[in-house]
Amino acid sequence: MVAKKGSRGGMGGEDAEEELTRVPLQAILLADSFATLFRPITLERPKVLLPLVNAPMIDYTLAWLESAGVEEIFVFCCAHSKQVIDYLESSKWFDQPNLSVTTIESYNSTSAGDALRLIYEKHVIRGDFILVTGDTVSNMSLAQALKEHKERRRKDKDAVMTMVIKQSKPSPVTHQSRLGTEELFMAIDPDTKQLLYYEDKVDTSKGIVSLDKALLIDNSSISLHNDKQDCYIDICSPEVLSLFTDNFDYQHLRRHFVKGLLVDDIMGYKIFTHEIHSSYAARVDNYRSYDTISKDIIQRWTYPLVPDVQFFGNYVTKLERQGAYRASDVGLSRSAKIGPFTVIGSGTTIGNYTKVSNSVVGEGCIIGSNVSIDGCYIWDKVTIEDGCKLKHAIVCDGVIIKSGAVLEAGVVLSFKVIIGRGFVVPAYSKVSLLQQPVKQDSDEELEYADNSSGNMEIASISNTPEKLEEEMRTELSDSQIQAASEVGNGGVGFIWSVSDGGHEEEWRHSVAPIPEDCLVEILKNATDELEISNEDGNILPPSGELEPDSVNDSDEDVRDDSVHFEKEVEATFLRAVHENVKEDHVILEVNSLRLSYNLTSTDCAGALFYAMMKLALDTPHGSPGELVKNVASVITKWKKLLKYYLSSIDEEIEVILKFEEMCLELTKEYSTLFVQVTWFIGFDFASSIRQRYFTRRCYTELGIRKGRGR
Amino acid sequence: MPDVHSLVNEFVIKLKKRKIEGSKATAKLTVELLRSFISQQRLPHSNQAAALIDAVKAVGEKLIAANPVELAVGNVVRRVLHIIREEDLSLATAAVGGLSLAAESDDEDDIDRDDHPVLSATAVAAAARNALRPPSLQTLLEDIPHSAAAPHTSSSGGDSEGKSKSADKNSVTRKLKHNVIEAVNELIQEISTCHEQIAEQAVEHIHQNEVILTLGSSRTVMEFLCAAKEKKRSFRVFVEGAPRYQGHALAKELAARGLQTTVITDSSVFAMISRVNMVIVGAHAVMANGGVIAPVGLNMVALAAQRHAVPFVVLAGVHKLCPLYPHNPEVLLNELKSPSELLDFGEFSDCLDFGSGTGSPLLHVVNPVFDYVPPNLVSLFITDTGGHNPSYMYRLIADYYSADDLVVRRKSAS
Repeated sequence: MVAKKGSRGGMGGEDAEEELTRVPLQAILLADSFATLFRPITLERPKVLLPLVNAPMIDYTLAWLESAGVEEIFVFCCAHSKQVIDYLESSKWFDQPNLSVTTIESYNSTSAGDALRLIYEKHVIRGDFILVTGDTVSNMSLAQALKEHKERRRKDKDAVMTMVIKQSKPSPVTHQSRLGTEELFMAIDPDTKQLLYYEDKVDTSKGIVSLDKALLIDNSSISLHNDKQDCYIDICSPEVLSLFTDNFDYQHLRRHFVKGLLVDDIMGYKIFTHEIHSSYAARVDNYRSYDTISKDIIQRWTYPLVPDVQFFGNYVTKLERQGAYRASDVGLSRSAKIGPFTVIGSGTTIGNYTKVSNSVVGEGCIIGSNVSIDGCYIWDKVTIEDGCKLKHAIVCDGVIIKSGAVLEAGVVLSFKVIIGRGFVVPAYSKVSLLQQPVKQDSDEELEYADNSSGNMEIASISNTPEKLEEEMRTELSDSQIQAASEVGNGGVGFIWSVSDGGHEEEWRHSVAPIPEDCLVEILKNATDELEISNEDGNILPPSGELEPDSVNDSDEDVRDDSVHFEKEVEATFLRAVHENVKEDHVILEVNSLRLSYNLTSTDCAGALFYAMMKLALDTPHGSPGELVKNVASVITKWKKLLKYYLSSIDEEIEVILKFEEMCLELTKEYSTLFVQVTWFIGFDFASSIRQRYFTRRCYTELGIRKGRGR
Repeated sequence: MPDVHSLVNEFVIKLKKRKIEGSKATAKLTVELLRSFISQQRLPHSNQAAALIDAVKAVGEKLIAANPVELAVGNVVRRVLHIIREEDLSLATAAVGGLSLAAESDDEDDIDRDDHPVLSATAVAAAARNALRPPSLQTLLEDIPHSAAAPHTSSSGGDSEGKSKSADKNSVTRKLKHNVIEAVNELIQEISTCHEQIAEQAVEHIHQNEVILTLGSSRTVMEFLCAAKEKKRSFRVFVEGAPRYQGHALAKELAARGLQTTVITDSSVFAMISRVNMVIVGAHAVMANGGVIAPVGLNMVALAAQRHAVPFVVLAGVHKLCPLYPHNPEVLLNELKSPSELLDFGEFSDCLDFGSGTGSPLLHVVNPVFDYVPPNLVSLFITDTGGHNPSYMYRLIADYYSADDLVVRRKSAS
């Protein structure tokens, strides 16, 4: 319906186009993420059936597609395909008016690319279609995007895909979006909205994005964004499917397909973007986005897909004060406190003095007294005994948490795990009834490709829950007889060791907020890096300011202006000596240097004196006596020049200090001649000067002398 | 039958997904759906009215549950139930009264059914409505033997006896259904013409050179103002944009129709109200106590109007009259819409990053749709039957709804 509306705008009676419009709007929904981020939960249940604020994720996607006017949806199931199909059958998605839902089952697809190749072989897609995954939550209207897509298609057959993007600022500290995905860089043509560059795996530590030079040559203008979020909603032309078939190595939609198209300039296919502003779209990609999107739903950004609107199959829930949603038949103790932004499912009972805040509690849960639950996602039929403390955890169906147990931040308890009495589950640990599969499959991207033992167990769990429970009971007694199991006394489950990403990565994608110390550390690292790069920048000599004829301009390690200045003055002086420049002219040049470096005449005196001494030193000499003669000759020759700058006692002291510095640092030869040389300069070490000189020297030795040099 | 059920389901889904906006559209669609439902409903021979009422209640319950915030659905369902009751009643009185008549002109019955009984039914209903009285003692007395006799005959009656009565019964069945459908058609008519009915009264309320303030966008208000314009009254209107800025749309339309219009912000209402002669607004629903559920911001306007003794007039079609009181749990509802109407998500996305801090949202946006205006702030209601005092509302409601239907829920549920 929407498609028709979209494409009919001003196209007259072209037959081909008319034919296109008659094709019902189709969508491909990939009910498999082909990822392992939700393990261990996804070993037992497909990701699309995981509850998001008490409704399976796939319901959100289907409800949105239906309301956006999609008439035909192909649900591609791969991992746990039976569960997905069973769910769709038990729910009413198959007998909706104006909507046909068809499932396509596959047993050996390992990526989105495989899925699309399989769909292509089936020849079911007839026109433009919408490609989404089954974990998309959105309320956007597709009409505008479709219209744009079709208009572009009419002008340019190569515009095969329109990507939906949305503004979302990444965190400046962690360089990940609020959905827990890596910072995404996109280059978009601001006029045509064509996507030119897409990079989601940027090395943020260096803060560098490299663009192909050809991009800048070919396009008159480019806007580079890092504040856009990829919604993983694509409007595709049928060519996309054939492209996947042609390039059989395309696996991932973004990493291979989008980047492949962008790089490949032979075929000339183009991808465009459509930015949405007022509507919502996001994809549950990891635990962090699960948390974020749940909160967005509770805060109603996804309206009308919110808990108190029965968009599909969810039970009656009422919105109360402070954004707390409560089903009608909740057994709530009078002393229990339900904090803000909480959803309580039907049939749940909550005991005395229990506090629940920022959490989602599913159906039929039993929560004891004095329990504190903060930021948790508790699914259906969970039992939490008295005095437990849960913080930022995901607790799956059928879990039993015995009294006094504590779940620290970021814990994931998979189905039917039992946590022993008083056991403290360490932060970010994942507990499952299934053993962690041994890392043998090279393709780590598959939620599906398990080792066979895991699958066997899954089958037994999903098929006969009763039997499993019996098994569990026996297992339980066994474990009780034995020592306390991995998860406390009387507990059942295995703690999975942290995946190869390491603990470092664990907090990035967990449901818990990033801990303070991690943030501080990142911030510290970032500033360190920044400083290093800044220093790098400063090392470059400001060569442009040097006089072209100055001798020492090239590889001097110039520290600061005054050092630079001294060199310049020295160069000027040497030139004056060799070329017999008049004193007045030297004064003029030194003054101009002084002005350009913004220094005082004291500095000029020091610098000049330094230059003279150096000249004397450089003139060949045999003994200290000759050196003194040299000095005398130089100084008498340039006395007038020196005197010009020695107008007050301060400057004279400065000169003496400079000389002293020379003695100490530059040439040991002068040190013996200190007093003689000062005599030559024509200072009488008269009482006042000497006194002040020695006070300054005292300061020098104490290391607190100021004003010299810098 | 399945046809109707699918229709009902479709409508329920639409309501659930909040696809139908506006109480008038909802009311109209609901009543049209109920009409087709009633027309396709197969009625048993005995006790048809009760069966019909039960059936309609069942559907009504579903519809109300689908979108409990939209009170117009419940109102219309109750209206239809009341119509059925009334028709049943009038048919019973007509049957008793016209027994001799029917006996005389048996063959004329077919023609009769088309207009005469309808007239009589509506006449009786209208009479009952105008007189504002409960059913008279006589009708009550007549009613009891009728309803008692009906099951008796059907239970004991053999085939031979049933056959002789079947023709008569069939006609009664059809008569009831027919009458109900006629009356429902009238209701549809009433709902679709309520704007004009209300607008007709505009001249009495709006005078020359008046300044009128309104809020949000209401079709009723617009028609009302335009009707006054047509009568060559000149006045100025203040409109304003609430969070949804419907006021802007209204201002545009009013200006297009040649009305002097000024747009002011919501926050400047109090400053401007002293220059205003009258506040005319639309409503979402009118409660039994005379309170109004109205677009958000109206309570503030009403308080400002009261402070400056400006008449506060509410326009409401009859389908907006709700027989419930605002303290009823079913009504303690507000629709909170998406915050994106207030804030741009992208701009504020960094404030909504739950990855840092305590993980609890620091920014919360509340975007309610409705406000409750207590009855003491309302000066006058203008419905399609004329102007009424807030304190009179309960009486008006008693005319339109039967007390038995206030809670639309099947007995099985309780």
